Amino acid sequence: MVVLTVNGQQHEVDAAPDTPLLWVLREHLKLTGTKFGCGIAACGACTVHIDGEAVRSCAMPLSLAAGKAVTTIEGLSADGSHPLQKAWIAEQVPQCGYCQSGQIMQAATLLAVNKNPSRDDIVEHMDGNICRCGTYLKIISAIARAAREG
Amino acid sequence: MNQHSKISAVNRRNFLKTTAGLSLTLAIAPDALSVIDDAFADAPAAYTPNVWLTIAPDGTITMVAPAAEMGQGSLTSLPVIIAEELDADWSKVRPVFPTEWDDKKFGNPGYNYTFQTSASASVTGYFTSLRMAGAQARRVLLDAVAAKWAVPVGELVTEPSVVVHKASGRRIGYGEIAAFAIAPAELPKIAESDLKPTASFRLIGKDIARVDVPLKVKGAAQYGMDVQVPGMVYAAVLQSPYPGGAPLNVDDSRARKVPGVTDVVKLPEGVGVIGTTVEGTQAAKSLLKVTWGDAPGAHLDSEQALEEFAAIGRDKTRDGVAFENKGDAKAALASAKRVFRGEYRTRYVYHAQMEPMNATAAVAADGKSAELWVGTQAATSLLNGVARMLQTERSKIVLHQHFLGGGFGRRGNHETVYDAVRLSMAVGLPVKLIWTREDDITFGKFRPATAHHIEAGFDEVGKLVAWHHRVVAESVVAYVSGDPRPRQDRIVMKGSPIPQYPIANKLAEHVIENRGARLSPWRGVGNGHNAFAIESFVDDIAKDLGKDPLAFRLDLTEGVPRMQHLIRTVAAMSDWSRQRDGTALGIGTMVKDDTLAAGVAEVSLDRKTGKIKVLNFWAALDAGIAVQPRNLAAQTEGSIVYALGSVLREKITIKDGHVLQSNYSDYEVARMSDVPPIEVKVVSTDNHPTGGGEEGVPLVACAVGNAIAALTGVRLHELPFSPERVRGALGV
Repeated sequence: MVVLTVNGQQHEVDAAPDTPLLWVLREHLKLTGTKFGCGIAACGACTVHIDGEAVRSCAMPLSLAAGKAVTTIEGLSADGSHPLQKAWIAEQVPQCGYCQSGQIMQAATLLAVNKNPSRDDIVEHMDGNICRCGTYLKIISAIARAAREG
Repeated sequence: MNQHSKISAVNRRNFLKTTAGLSLTLAIAPDALSVIDDAFADAPAAYTPNVWLTIAPDGTITMVAPAAEMGQGSLTSLPVIIAEELDADWSKVRPVFPTEWDDKKFGNPGYNYTFQTSASASVTGYFTSLRMAGAQARRVLLDAVAAKWAVPVGELVTEPSVVVHKASGRRIGYGEIAAFAIAPAELPKIAESDLKPTASFRLIGKDIARVDVPLKVKGAAQYGMDVQVPGMVYAAVLQSPYPGGAPLNVDDSRARKVPGVTDVVKLPEGVGVIGTTVEGTQAAKSLLKVTWGDAPGAHLDSEQALEEFAAIGRDKTRDGVAFENKGDAKAALASAKRVFRGEYRTRYVYHAQMEPMNATAAVAADGKSAELWVGTQAATSLLNGVARMLQTERSKIVLHQHFLGGGFGRRGNHETVYDAVRLSMAVGLPVKLIWTREDDITFGKFRPATAHHIEAGFDEVGKLVAWHHRVVAESVVAYVSGDPRPRQDRIVMKGSPIPQYPIANKLAEHVIENRGARLSPWRGVGNGHNAFAIESFVDDIAKDLGKDPLAFRLDLTEGVPRMQHLIRTVAAMSDWSRQRDGTALGIGTMVKDDTLAAGVAEVSLDRKTGKIKVLNFWAALDAGIAVQPRNLAAQTEGSIVYALGSVLREKITIKDGHVLQSNYSDYEVARMSDVPPIEVKVVSTDNHPTGGGEEGVPLVACAVGNAIAALTGVRLHELPFSPERVRGALGV
């Protein structure tokens, strides 16, 4: 048993220590907002926060997440009221939506350290997150809006 | 009890309550989508004016949105059409996926009443019938009020979700009507003349916020990948690298030792591993050693095939299947004063939808019924296919539609569902089958590689009078249908008739090769590769004639004012005639199923590295009546981005039947840093609405290639425009 803290709750997880955190979150804890995209940290769909840092959960073994604070999209806000979530709605960002949990979690770590990011700051920070529907420009607008409106 | 079973139980209860009090026997209830409003599941008995909608006494209107939702917005745009004619208060509308997959009731009239979400055909196919449905339901409500108040129905009008009798000042909400009304045994007939004039639309054309967006920013939207059902086991499948390869020898000794692995099952074209965890089944799958039976695809070398296709393109003794044939193109070319020839090539490309293919299936113990959880673009085909497989009636197959984590044509294919059904039968348990990204690419189904040979003939006064376009490619229709007989392929050949250029003698033909690759429609379908070839060629001709490419297109599109308007629009947006330093513009046009679009790209080029940078993109789109203009613009913008990756880098290479690419690391889709500012103008015209989910795709390759030609004088004849190919073309 591994003890894992996710969104402020402790869970005892019956999984091998090298199990990718992604599958623990999705299949053991049923927190399916975090998505499987590539399995090799190349697309960002599985992005979560570990102690406030954006991490690709598909490439993070359970053992390295134990003892730390894991936050998923379900824990970003209680009711979808995080400034990024509000901005994502205002800009009508998602299309298929599958990558958007990862996009929002990635963006949240930018705003945490940079209250007024430039377009270049945003692109540099977000370039590891793929959106195949092509919503990148809407994502840029939404991050700028969240920075502006808070 | 899992979420779906719980909701299903509630549905049945609602169904009984509803039918008990009404002569209509069809209640529409939510399935996977009920997360939009969980409260609805426990709502009191509701009123069903016709099959499309149910009105609860609290005024909530549940509407069937029959199309798959893969990001294109049909879950909103289709109910908007019903709500417009129903005169509904949109804030009260709750769209749901169908729970009853009755083709005749909810199938797309544009697809011969089947559930098929592809080719951007949902709004255009359903538009009139959904308007009629909304108008009919409104009439039912009016009739009920007229009877209750004993007034002529002609004295009643509606405001959003309210019936009003002006003479007496009485008002009654749709929810209140639902509480007393009895649906008539025979529904009133509605004629198209009963529909609203477009000028009085209140919802259509007004940018309604998408109903799926709030779910998608909270991680609450349910995709096929997110399904969990009680007692399920996981499956991974090693497929044959090429279609038709049966597993001959299977060495599963190492795979079976992986903790949690319980079964290894042979499939027609693969080997399935069953186990208690995702990670265990995936690890075990990679430990399988399988030899595969021979098939034509085992010998495919994609680069060699493309060379052969190009040679076939030049070989006029090989006739193709005509897709467009007007006048006599061959004779007109023979007598033309001046003839131009062009050759262009495209390579296999992969959908790269973010959600890898997956499916969950539970087959009953007797093997004669099944429950499926998946996101599909083609429910009719899926239900028919599973019913055939189980040799049972289609009504025995229950489908739970989910959101699609990208479709782009890929999710009209159901091999993961069929394998999940087979595996569920084999182990007697519900099976959740998940492909890895590597599976999704190496077992991918691709837009076919194409070689184009085009000839254009001009008469003595310089008029374009003859056009002959030969497309050498495999047939997607033949692959998908399993019927190899040559016939018209509206996937590969779409975009080849070029109605924007009314040329007197026009032949577009498909010279069909069969090389055994797995194929599929891909976003933009044939327009993607055909517009690249056609519009590159048009620019090459303009150059030889010493004409400005945009002005040349205005000449060629004479008699097609809708396209001329778009060309002038993108000319203005891009400030076409302004001289630029170190950058250049290129234009492209396309017509797909009566939607017209034009685009201009601005590019720069690092000549040392061969790296193209797209600096700006301007596009204009005319899809008739724009039901959701902002969404149409977003779809066009998104499809431009989608195509950008395929133009700059993406390609699938097949060697000895094996796909060489394996993940996003070597199949490089567009990232944020690739994307320029994109400006899209949606031109709403008073024509029947047509598709808008993919119309940016065809504009990109041609506009970027034409811009590079304008910048360098060098034509890029092949996709993708990868740096090494650009360096080669420049002679660096």
